[in-house]
Amino acid sequence: MIRLEKLNKSYPMADAPVHVLRDLDLFVAEGEYAAIMGSSGSGKSTLLNVLGLLDRYDSGSYTLGDTLIRDVSEREAARLRNQYIGFVFQSFHLLPFKTATENVALPLYYAGVPRRRRNELALQMLERVGLRERADHLPNQLSGGQKQRVAIARALVTKPRLVLADEPTGALDSQTSNDIMDLLASVNADGMTVLVVTHEHDVAAKMRRVIHLVDGRIASDRIQVPS
Amino acid sequence: MFDLDRWTELADGLRTNPVRTLLTALGVFWGMFMLVVMLGFGDGLERGATRSMAGYATNAVYLWGGRTTLPWGGLAPGRYVGFDNSDTEALRQLPGVEHVAPRNQLGGWREGNNVVRGAKTGNYTVMGDVAELAHILAPIVVRGRFLDPLDVAERRKVAVLGDQVVQELFPYGEDPIGQHVAIRGIQFKVVGWIRSHANDDRSDRDNATIHLPFTTFQRTFGFGDRVGWFALTGAKDVPGSELEASVRRELGGRHQVNPEDNNAIGAFNAEKEFAKITALFTGIRFFVWFVGVMTLAAGVVGVSNILLIVVRERTKEFGLRRALGATPTDVVGMVVQEAIVLTAVAGYAGLVAGVVVLEIAARLIGTDHATMGTPTVDLGAALGAGLVLLIGGALAGVIPARHAAAIQPVVALHAE
Repeated sequence: MIRLEKLNKSYPMADAPVHVLRDLDLFVAEGEYAAIMGSSGSGKSTLLNVLGLLDRYDSGSYTLGDTLIRDVSEREAARLRNQYIGFVFQSFHLLPFKTATENVALPLYYAGVPRRRRNELALQMLERVGLRERADHLPNQLSGGQKQRVAIARALVTKPRLVLADEPTGALDSQTSNDIMDLLASVNADGMTVLVVTHEHDVAAKMRRVIHLVDGRIASDRIQVPS
Repeated sequence: MFDLDRWTELADGLRTNPVRTLLTALGVFWGMFMLVVMLGFGDGLERGATRSMAGYATNAVYLWGGRTTLPWGGLAPGRYVGFDNSDTEALRQLPGVEHVAPRNQLGGWREGNNVVRGAKTGNYTVMGDVAELAHILAPIVVRGRFLDPLDVAERRKVAVLGDQVVQELFPYGEDPIGQHVAIRGIQFKVVGWIRSHANDDRSDRDNATIHLPFTTFQRTFGFGDRVGWFALTGAKDVPGSELEASVRRELGGRHQVNPEDNNAIGAFNAEKEFAKITALFTGIRFFVWFVGVMTLAAGVVGVSNILLIVVRERTKEFGLRRALGATPTDVVGMVVQEAIVLTAVAGYAGLVAGVVVLEIAARLIGTDHATMGTPTVDLGAALGAGLVLLIGGALAGVIPARHAAAIQPVVALHAE
């Protein structure tokens, strides 16, 4: 699913460029359920951005599925993101003036799906995350956990092959966090590759693989039995 | 553009801050309103000016005899140049000339009452005229007719009265046609009642005039074959100035006038007057468009500024949309569409408000005001303004849209 070889990424800074990812090699197979951990500044968010085609890398190579991601245009990146990748963010990023259904349907709009079909699929997805009855609510009428469920529904609605979650439980209490992680686990059980960036050990403990980043390098990479 | 979804997206965007949207729209509204109102009143002024000149052929030339100031062919300067009937015939043969009207005038200023009808008397300008004058004067015939060629050929004792003459000599409601008036004691039968088209002091003069057949006039009042002056018009494509030059040459040749001598034959050429007025209104029109378009431009800049703020505020949203699969083009489209819709709606409202104001003004001014005609905006001007607006709207969107397209999803999504 994901293959990184000698991936490097640095940000230009005033005095010297900051080397964020250093010669990173990583292979993630289809259907994996993995956590990317690391302290602040370890490069985990940058890695997620590169994987999500939200950011470019300097050297090495990144292959997503069968596609080598190198010098893709903005337009092509937008298409690949829309088609292959679902995003879940720490702060949900729901559009405040749109109902749950409309938020979920948004990626389908950019995929060119007709409206009637879009709403059908969005409702199905809300059903899947257990929020069918909140379909017409605006985000500010939903609790944090519900917002994140809507966001997950939005990430899943295009049936992507890869779900990238950036601190999905960062803004939630522990009970809600568990619910969300259970939901992600069931998404993974459906066969989707799920990568979660987190710094919470409770969260990482629920994953089958934990990749630890330190200073832009993989410090440890182990398979575990989810708790 | 006709995708319903894009419109709902747009409505969402505008609805989030209605007050700001309204204030922004106000700038464009005002610009358009000003443009329309100014165009309308400019048009009204022009209409008024054109109407005051109505009834005067645009390439009419008037010529009268003067006094020579230069010697020519052995003749000393200071000689009076007078025209006669042979000049009329010569001018009629001249190429480029369409209608020739020789004219003679009786008394007028300080003469005292010269016209009598029953118990009423009056002092009016009495003219000897030919039927062709109708092409130059273009009067409105209230009753009866203007002079015709037979009146002139048969030296009939008939008269055509101006409006004021009728009003003053005949009681209200009485038909003057077929009645008689005495001019310097000689009876003339009234065959026509005319009124001037124009709307200024010239029209007052025309309305206080009595027209007699030219030949009758010459014989009755002892003018012999003298002609006071000529009024003539050129063929359609002959400009007044050219006509004036060729007629001057012809008359100058016939009366031994030095070709350099401009005082020997006086001439007035309406073309110059028309050109002046045309230039004036071209200037006014340009000014109106300039001011209007600039005001509109200020409104458009306002829209652009507001959209820049909107883009900044919606950075996160644009970033999210990009992450979910929106291309930079999608984002540019959203912003440009918003700009166009905002300017188009506001501009259209301004257009409508402007037209309403013009309509009210038209009612108040009425149709017979001397210098101000009915203010209107023609379809072409409205379409032109609309086009300016659409282009302006698109331009207003360009800079904010480029900012929006430059938003990197990574940066946007992490801006907490």
